Amino acid sequence: MSTESADYTDVHAGLKPADRYQPALAVSDLTVAYNSKPVLWDVDLEVPEGTLAAIVGPNGAGKSTLIKAALGLIPRAAGDVRFFGLPYAKARTEVGYVPQRGSVDWDFPTTVLDVVTMGLYQKIGWLRRPGRSERNLALAALDEVGMADFARRQISQLSGGQQQRTFLARALVQDARLYFMDEPFAAVDAVTERAIVAILQRLRARGRTVIVVHHDLQTVTEYFDWVTLLNVEVRGNGPVSRIFTRDLLQRTYGGHMAFLPTEAR
Amino acid sequence: MDAHTRATTFDAVARGSLRRWAWIVAIGVVLLAGVPIVGALLGATFSYTLRTVSAGGALLGLVSGTLGSFVVLRRESLLGDALSHAALPGVAIGFLLAGRQLGVLLLGAGIASLLGVWFIRVVVSHTKLKPDGVMGIVLAGWFAAGIALLVFIQSRPDASQAGLDSFIFGQAASIVRSDVRLLAGIGACVLIVMVVLWKEFKLITFDPEFAVANGYPVRAISTALSVLIVVAIVLGLQLAGVILMAGMLVAPGVAARQWTDDLAQMVGLAGVFGAASGSIGALLSALDADIPTGPMIIVVACCFVAVSLAFAPGRGLVWSFRRRTIDGRRFRRTAILRDLYHYAYDHAGPDQGVPEEFVCGLRGRRPTLRTLAQLQIAGLVTRVGGPGWRLTERGWRAAAADARRQRLWDAYSESFDRLGLPIVEIDRSVDLRDLLAADEIERLEQAVAHMQEVPRVRG
Repeated sequence: MSTESADYTDVHAGLKPADRYQPALAVSDLTVAYNSKPVLWDVDLEVPEGTLAAIVGPNGAGKSTLIKAALGLIPRAAGDVRFFGLPYAKARTEVGYVPQRGSVDWDFPTTVLDVVTMGLYQKIGWLRRPGRSERNLALAALDEVGMADFARRQISQLSGGQQQRTFLARALVQDARLYFMDEPFAAVDAVTERAIVAILQRLRARGRTVIVVHHDLQTVTEYFDWVTLLNVEVRGNGPVSRIFTRDLLQRTYGGHMAFLPTEAR
Repeated sequence: MDAHTRATTFDAVARGSLRRWAWIVAIGVVLLAGVPIVGALLGATFSYTLRTVSAGGALLGLVSGTLGSFVVLRRESLLGDALSHAALPGVAIGFLLAGRQLGVLLLGAGIASLLGVWFIRVVVSHTKLKPDGVMGIVLAGWFAAGIALLVFIQSRPDASQAGLDSFIFGQAASIVRSDVRLLAGIGACVLIVMVVLWKEFKLITFDPEFAVANGYPVRAISTALSVLIVVAIVLGLQLAGVILMAGMLVAPGVAARQWTDDLAQMVGLAGVFGAASGSIGALLSALDADIPTGPMIIVVACCFVAVSLAFAPGRGLVWSFRRRTIDGRRFRRTAILRDLYHYAYDHAGPDQGVPEEFVCGLRGRRPTLRTLAQLQIAGLVTRVGGPGWRLTERGWRAAAADARRQRLWDAYSESFDRLGLPIVEIDRSVDLRDLLAADEIERLEQAVAHMQEVPRVRG
């Protein structure tokens, strides 16, 4: 892996020697098991700060599990995960999470604005209620995802794409340095997909890091600059130009690969 | 939308919300004030007992209705049912240890019920059993143990056990004023905790995973919620009984959900429905000492549910039936016009009829013919020999306008970002012209001009 990350040393060229370079995400020796069957095996990977990274692999490869284990949503059997060199408990406010949108009940009685405000609860703290400044932050985030006019809409009236953008706004409002997104492009319309890509690119322009569980091989080279190929084990981790190759994809997908994206060398 | 319009929209929304709150309060006042009046009409004299009973029922309903909203939203109705049944052995053991002292009995009930919650959570998180199975087992097992203990107690020589079985169905007559004070005190505490933890309860109910990722102690908060629910159950045992107490939790929330899309309003309205059914039910049962209170309260609560399910705007059965009919008619009309238009364009030309069989196609003959008749009355289609149908002059214009609308949508989804257009909700049944500004439409029209030709009106 060391040769791969060599390309990225220029990213932190300006740092003083004292600021030891810390990747946005560093996973070492991570193993996760369900009923003694490992679903993630000895995963090592790094994602440098300021990249758009895709986690790619076949169904059941443990892509979502990797994110959830990193965020402590499911227990890990072994291994260590660091965010900017810190354990999750210390880096929590730096990390934003966009769950799969199917993970909640969209008939819950609340508005789009209210859901987005939930992204601020951590900052608001216990006992206090969201006020005018929180409302304005949430509205700004909704504006950024093109949903400003939907602020007072009941969430059950949203289309799938709008649900996804609402979740995205809830993460944006957290103003994190690192975002995890679980299948944000799953079953959304083309309009939403392009809107989301535009948001990801703006985040990268602001120096943020975004790690996306992604299932569409065709768009990997177009959308992302860093990729992790995962099938229980890591089959490749590094810049898309170096890792997204025919050979490594074949090794990740095995015989189940129906087609190879034309971009893959 | 600029900042000013947005602010005014918010004010309008706030006014609407205020109006709805006013409604909720008004309904509450009318229902609660109406109870004694109707009671008097029914010939009840407002004795001490009757006042105590209706006040107790109202307080219990208020607490269980508000808390129960969260039970409904967390889909834990069965958990509520299991917990209330699980209280019975606690009552019996409390009696065996200390005799008929209400405090001890309720304490026993609370402990048994909490043991039930704990058992359910441990088994669910450490085995592959599904929650509903575990809850079913706790419900049946704890309740059976309670019944067995009650029978054992009744077989003992000391006869002081009289009335213990009123905990099964509830008995309003056993309520005294100090019980009402207890209900009011503990109920106030429960409501205060709910207000203080409101934001957290909302978050873990809507998206527990996100809450965990944000560092919230989700397990502790859900336990707090479960404890509050157990407290409400224990409070309700004397009045509603272990079997039907769960209904007291669930029914008001289910009814309230039908009327509002706002969590706070739902909880408030559930409190109102709960209080009303609690007091009305308790009062009805107190009119005749033989009627157990629990069933009476639940019958009243279920009346609220039935009315809400039928008539609530937006979600009620009547409403959704009406909407389905209207939508069906509207979409069938445009679809038929579109088919006639395309058929004429592709095959015959505007003057030729389209065979009726083709129009009916797979759509179903009866509704299609009905819609065709309506279109004929509206002057959009006319019958020709064959038998068949064709568009009239006006029908052509309508269908062509629809085709243009669809082309605008095609162009929009293809190039909204290239043209720098705002993101709007894709709904092909509306006119994009109503959603975008004039200059934006103009850009879109130019894009349409470059697109591949699609059917146009001839001649």
